[in-house]
Amino acid sequence: MFDNLDLSLVNWSRLQFAVTAMYHWLFVPLTLGLSFIIAFMETLYVRTGDEKWKQITKYWMRLFGINFAIGVATGLILEFQFGTNWSNYSWFVGDIFGAPLAIEGIMAFFMESTFIAVMFFGWNKVSKGFHLTATWLTAIGSNLSAVWILVANAWMQNPTGMHFNPDMARNEMTNFWAVFLSQTAVDKFMHTTMSSYILAAVFVIGISSWYLIKKREQLLAKRSIMIASIFGLLAVLFTIQTGDSSARDVAKVQPVKFAAMEGHFTGSEASPLILMGFVGDTETAYIDPAIDPAPVSPVKYRIEIPGLLSLMTTYELNSYIPGLNDYLYGNAKHGILSTEEKIIRGHEAQQKLLAYKQAMAEDSPTADTLRAYFQDTEWLASTFKYFGYGSYYNSDSALLKANITKVIPPIGLVFYSFHLMVALGFWFLLLFIVMLYFVFKDKLEHQRLWLYASLWSIPLAYISSEAGWIVNEVGRQPWTIQDLMTCSQSVTNLGSYSVMITCLLFGVVFTILLIAEIKIILRQISKGTKED
Amino acid sequence: MFEKMNELALQQYWWFLISLLGALLVFLMFVQGGQTLLKTLAKTKTERNILVNSLGRKWEFTFTTLVTFGGAFFASFPLFYSTSFGGAYWVWMLILIAFVGQAVSYEFRSKPGNPYGSTFFDTLLFINGLLGTILIGIAVGTFFTGANFTIDSLNHMTWDSPWRGLEAALNFHNVLLGLTVFFLSRVLAILYFFNSIDSEAILRRAYRHLIINTIPFLICFLSFVVWLMLRDGFAVMGDSTIVMVPFKYFTNLIDMPIVAILFIVGVLLVLSGILITLIKKNGLGIWLSGSGTIITVLMLFLLAGYNHTAFYPSLSDLQSSLTIQNASSSRFTLMTMGYVSLMIPFVAAYIFYAWRSLNKNKIDAAEIEDTRNHTY
Ligand code: HDD
Ligand code: HEM
Ligand code: HEM
Repeated sequence: MFDNLDLSLVNWSRLQFAVTAMYHWLFVPLTLGLSFIIAFMETLYVRTGDEKWKQITKYWMRLFGINFAIGVATGLILEFQFGTNWSNYSWFVGDIFGAPLAIEGIMAFFMESTFIAVMFFGWNKVSKGFHLTATWLTAIGSNLSAVWILVANAWMQNPTGMHFNPDMARNEMTNFWAVFLSQTAVDKFMHTTMSSYILAAVFVIGISSWYLIKKREQLLAKRSIMIASIFGLLAVLFTIQTGDSSARDVAKVQPVKFAAMEGHFTGSEASPLILMGFVGDTETAYIDPAIDPAPVSPVKYRIEIPGLLSLMTTYELNSYIPGLNDYLYGNAKHGILSTEEKIIRGHEAQQKLLAYKQAMAEDSPTADTLRAYFQDTEWLASTFKYFGYGSYYNSDSALLKANITKVIPPIGLVFYSFHLMVALGFWFLLLFIVMLYFVFKDKLEHQRLWLYASLWSIPLAYISSEAGWIVNEVGRQPWTIQDLMTCSQSVTNLGSYSVMITCLLFGVVFTILLIAEIKIILRQISKGTKED
Repeated sequence: MFEKMNELALQQYWWFLISLLGALLVFLMFVQGGQTLLKTLAKTKTERNILVNSLGRKWEFTFTTLVTFGGAFFASFPLFYSTSFGGAYWVWMLILIAFVGQAVSYEFRSKPGNPYGSTFFDTLLFINGLLGTILIGIAVGTFFTGANFTIDSLNHMTWDSPWRGLEAALNFHNVLLGLTVFFLSRVLAILYFFNSIDSEAILRRAYRHLIINTIPFLICFLSFVVWLMLRDGFAVMGDSTIVMVPFKYFTNLIDMPIVAILFIVGVLLVLSGILITLIKKNGLGIWLSGSGTIITVLMLFLLAGYNHTAFYPSLSDLQSSLTIQNASSSRFTLMTMGYVSLMIPFVAAYIFYAWRSLNKNKIDAAEIEDTRNHTY
């Protein structure tokens, strides 16, 4: 049930979501981080009264404004897209999911847009103190918008604080704080904002380095690098720490995603951590451990550290870390249900709901017994929990067995994105330390190699940030709501050509705007502070 | 405090807030109206820049109100969100696309390095003004005329028209409302210019166009209201079935005298704002017509949702129609969001304060030409 078999519709809708979200994410992290960097700079201006700081502030503010506008444009599409393209999803979880979006509007967007106006237009109109406050409030406002949307996203990964109401056929919120303060939400907020600060710091350092290479705007460049590399260094340390705790959280709530990230196919005690490798043919890698307990891993040429995965996940060197095969085929010893069993249970839950609906329509007395299931905590935990798996049910057991690998996300994409992100995280750590060192030694302008390295790190920061979302979102496949709802169930019942047209339209429009944005930013950079 | 309210009271409270956001949005669309007047009112580049900059300080609010309207509708009446946005797909998509262009246009139009030139972005602004107002009007029209959907027992929607919402533009009454919003937004824009711009040449032209736009606005608006009072409406009976009742919206007015009175007050305020501007040519008009617009639109929304009326009627299957009771969030969510809504007065207060401090002086040519200022 709920199934929409028009695969091209699902895929176009996914592609549209991916395109619009990834575009939005090109602009958001810079907003999140640069707003704070600007606020630090303006604070220094107000503290010291040094006009140069004001000039520096205004310079970065101009770049901020250009980037901000296009972030707003792309965000609008996302806001409404849940309704337009994921309408069944919007109903099934709207009672919980809608709230953060609304709170975000009321609490964050208004704050951001009000004070950003003061920030840009208020220089000669309001007092210094009020202007500085407005700059800080803009930074806080934009980071507040991150809070709420990330709470929503975290809830999709780890649905809590709700119960299912069979009369309305939807999930309803029962505990706001469980939604707001879940471990997943906290980790996601910390990691996402901190990593965004990295991106903004690299952006500032990279552009400043270009000025140093060109021997222009030296004072602006050095001062900016100083601020940004301190900010960046702190951010990268927190990013690594929160990334580490995110991963542990994923291992708990989305173990299949975790196994995909780590390229961990077969469970074992003292599991090794794969630092690098190539994912070969995964199709043949899924083997029932009862048949072959130690199949060859499809991850080729790998460099790994023995025992480290176990150690990092559970703080114990010898603990058992289940792999993809354990989830597919089950592992009784470690209390893991097979996917087949989950599908059967999910199917049962779905059938109960349909039977209940039928009974209600017919005014049949069985409705009461059926309703009782949905209040029985034991049944909810053992059976309803796998509601979404029911979509892969087939009455032919061979076909059902063939369906089990559908709950596995694309391994290669998730694995590479994850490893790339982590590797780049350590590269930024090194970069910030080196830049900070040379700035304090005042030897920066002679380090041409490092100046070029930081210039070329700008695209790397964007890549690692987008890669993080790919891990997060592609790794969640095929679910929109972990274990409860699949993408195919979520989608709006539409002609796929409609979505195809809007998807292409958005792609074209955003690309046109992106080109304008890049050109305008490059021109502003090459102009430097001439106007101020 | 919200714990004490029963479910219906919470639903009504939230319908009121949604209506208020909708009303604010219609008022703030004076920005869109102004965008369609750029070419008409400005003869020189500086003049055009003056207009763009006076609108440019407000566009974010219209935009943010639109976004918040969407988010709040999602949180409080998710069945509307999933049904209408997914169902009337093309109408909403066109609205969205029209607004995407707006967001960048102000910031990018006069920046050096802009590869498409400022006319390109001014055209985007024009399109936004034209499509945004008319289509939003048409979409709101379906609150009274209905749409083609059915809802099954799992609350999943099926849309019965291959035009996915565009069919609403073929309904004369929806179009009337669309044009009403369009001309109203232009009228409000002109009143706003009288309030915020110091340029005689522009205001002279604006004066003429105030008359030109007021006439079609009044014709469209009055025909819409008369038609609304005469038509059948979608009433919710005691057993929650939905039936067509003659003169439903007129009956609603009679049943809710406060709404009726405020509706008339709102309309009079709008008219008085226009008249005062025509007579005195000062900046008072936008305050009168603006608050009048908010009150009138708010009352129209209340007519659509209160007094046992289906606010999103279904033409395909009467019983699928959405009411504030069957489309709402759970009691718990409405309550939680109720607490969030207590922030609204606070938000309004800081917006008011910030605007006051920015708007001490009117915009004139000197401010626009001073390159040290941030201008669009
Ligand atoms: C500059 C960007 C950046 C950098 C350098 C890193 N991350 Fe990251 N990461 C993100 C940007 C990001 C992100 C874009 O913010 C994501 C996507 C969703 C989210 O919660 O954060 C993310 C997600 C994400 C997830 C998935 C969370 C989930 O699916 O719920 C994990 C496990 C990590 N990260 C771990 C790390 C580790 C161990 C890093 C070590 C250096 C690291 N990340 C560096
Ligand atoms: C802005 C940063 C984000 C980026 C770059 C991003 C990226 C992506 C990508 C790449 C996909 C496609 C996954 C696939 O089809 O395999 C996707 C899907 C999706 N994402 Fe995100 N995402 C972001 C934020 C969010 C947030 C904050 C939410 C929810 C609050 C969200 C909800 C969804 C949904 C509902 C889908 C569609 C279903 C699916 O294909 O999984 N995304 N996103
Ligand atoms: C799919 C989920 C998302 C939706 C529906 C969404 C929605 C929006 C909307 C409607 C706007 C424009 C607001 C305005 O009118 O000013 C916006 C801007 C913004 N969003 Fe998102 N957003 C999403 C993902 C994210 C994520 C994941 C973050 C941060 C972690 C984020 C942070 C921001 C910020 C900082 C802005 C300000 C403008 C800018 O982008 O530079 N958004 N978003």
